[in-house]
Amino acid sequence: MNDLIFIASITLKSCIAVLLASIGEIFTEKSGILNLGVEGIMLIGAMTGFIIGYTTGSPVMAFTGAMLAGGLLALLHAFLSINLHASQVISGLAITIFGMGMSSFLGRPFIGKLGIRLEELDCAFLDKVPFLGRILAQQTFLVLIALMIVPLSWFILFRTNLGLNIRAAGEDPAAADAAGVPVKFLRYGCTLFGGLMAGMAGAYLSLVYTPGWKEGMSAGQGWIAIAMVIFSTWNPVRALFGALLFGGLNALQFYFQATGAELIPTYILRILPYLLTVLVLFLVTALKRGGIGTTPSALGNPFSREE
Amino acid sequence: MVVFKVEKKADSGFSLIQILLLAVIPAILVGAVIFMAVGANPLRAYYIMFMGGFGDWFHFSEVLVKATPLIFTGLAVALAARMLLWNIGCEGQLVFGGIFASGTALFFQSYIPDPLMIPFVLLSGFAGGAVWALLPAILKARWEVNEIITTLMFNYIAVILMEHLYFGPWRDPMGRGFPGTAMFNESAWFPRFFQTRVHLGLFVAIAACMLLFVILKKTKWGYRITVTGNSLGAARYSGINITCQRIAVLIISGGLAGLAGTSEVCGIHLRLQQGLAVGYGYDGIIIAFLAGLNPLAVPFVAIILGGLIVGGDQLQTTLHLPSSISLVLEGTILLAILASNFFSLYRIRILRRSA
Repeated sequence: MNDLIFIASITLKSCIAVLLASIGEIFTEKSGILNLGVEGIMLIGAMTGFIIGYTTGSPVMAFTGAMLAGGLLALLHAFLSINLHASQVISGLAITIFGMGMSSFLGRPFIGKLGIRLEELDCAFLDKVPFLGRILAQQTFLVLIALMIVPLSWFILFRTNLGLNIRAAGEDPAAADAAGVPVKFLRYGCTLFGGLMAGMAGAYLSLVYTPGWKEGMSAGQGWIAIAMVIFSTWNPVRALFGALLFGGLNALQFYFQATGAELIPTYILRILPYLLTVLVLFLVTALKRGGIGTTPSALGNPFSREE
Repeated sequence: MVVFKVEKKADSGFSLIQILLLAVIPAILVGAVIFMAVGANPLRAYYIMFMGGFGDWFHFSEVLVKATPLIFTGLAVALAARMLLWNIGCEGQLVFGGIFASGTALFFQSYIPDPLMIPFVLLSGFAGGAVWALLPAILKARWEVNEIITTLMFNYIAVILMEHLYFGPWRDPMGRGFPGTAMFNESAWFPRFFQTRVHLGLFVAIAACMLLFVILKKTKWGYRITVTGNSLGAARYSGINITCQRIAVLIISGGLAGLAGTSEVCGIHLRLQQGLAVGYGYDGIIIAFLAGLNPLAVPFVAIILGGLIVGGDQLQTTLHLPSSISLVLEGTILLAILASNFFSLYRIRILRRSA
């Protein structure tokens, strides 16, 4: 039972960064913009969050700063994609490369420094709830926020006018524009939202998950988040399951290491999340023929009235 | 009232030089701001970077050494991109090329006669990269699985496998805990030239560029690649087997990236060790794009980027600034090029209207 709680608690803890980033990317892509810069934005978020937390000691400032930095980079991507009609694939890759370099450059003096870390929930009420309470007690309030964002973003995307307009901008921007939907504005907004979320995901890594700044510490989680978007077929609720799957594998790795059980060699366990991402992507893409998932039709296409 | 109107130009004006100027100058300015932010004199920093790369023949030879793997990865990305395939997995293919080449050099030296060792090492390195590109290639060609993500995930897997090899079964028993394999037998070392570290790999890389240029320009197969890249529909209509075509191109692209790893382990490290996966695969994306996917332009862009990297290293030793400034500048150049591309395709007209 204790082992189960240990695994469940680490699963939840490890899935949050991927979850936050993929929900942001779902909005970005639903509006028709493909942002492959998530990995770089996460790194910038992790670095900014850590440095601000280290210098000010305030978690609120740290997360706000990380989100703003992420949002700024996302706006750059939005400007290049929406106004300058640049290749979104290359722009996203450029942002990732820029983010890797910039976070490594500015973060260098902070490697190995002891910064702040968020407090765990640990309140009396939770102790009374069996099992679930003990899992949640070991989390930070950010987990609660992330878990609330999931249904909320699903509701906004699929049950509100705003969501309808966002999806219209991603499916058929010309028709949406004719119907009075502010396509470019929505695309800007959704890309910005994606950047804010990826920035928050990064700060989660450096302030909660593995407190401290390490070069390249996101270790591909930004890319896994993008894969999870495809896995989720652009549905935030399903993204939660994808993220939990990823978190579960991480938890197993920790569990085997902690208990010293060499059932599966460590390097195989380290490979599994990446391998599973490929497998999941394959299954989802191969099964798409059945019409389960729907890629936004205008994903990656710039829109302007003249053309 | 002033209204700005964006319209497509009839001619795609602006020469390559103009675009480069439009992109490089903003990047240099951004770099200057960053230098000032960390309290360094930008002029001095740039001077050190430039002299570190192009100051004299010795430093330039180091640029050529850095450019060698970059030519291979740039070529690899460019070839795939000509078919509208994004091979972001050069890093992993480079690593696998290194692993295969090392395996051949370490464990087959008694079976392969010395003079044949280098050809064998090159072949196995190419095969290693190709093998690592095979699965993403099949997934893309057969089921349209997004190759950006699959090739990228394979990068992480390749690095973990390589670490497992040199920390585990392949570790040098005499290495006193050093994370690496034993040194290769001399027969597998690439010959070096001009009393510098410039090695055979550079000439293989340049030869590969020329070969690929001829193949793309003059052969039927090259023509098919161009057609498929320009219009999938037209290619399908003319009976080109797109599935096979895509697999072939991605495998060869992977093989080229594998050669980058081969030339690093056999030309520089002389063993499989930490420090093989340092981002040359990602640099390849930038090089391919800046070279306009033209194989003949790849070596020149690779030398410029190599200079940037060597200059960044110089900055670290002289001013103790992190060498990752080269990565920042690379990203900025790429972003600025993307932005300036717009001005070569569109023009902004200012329309005056009375309110």
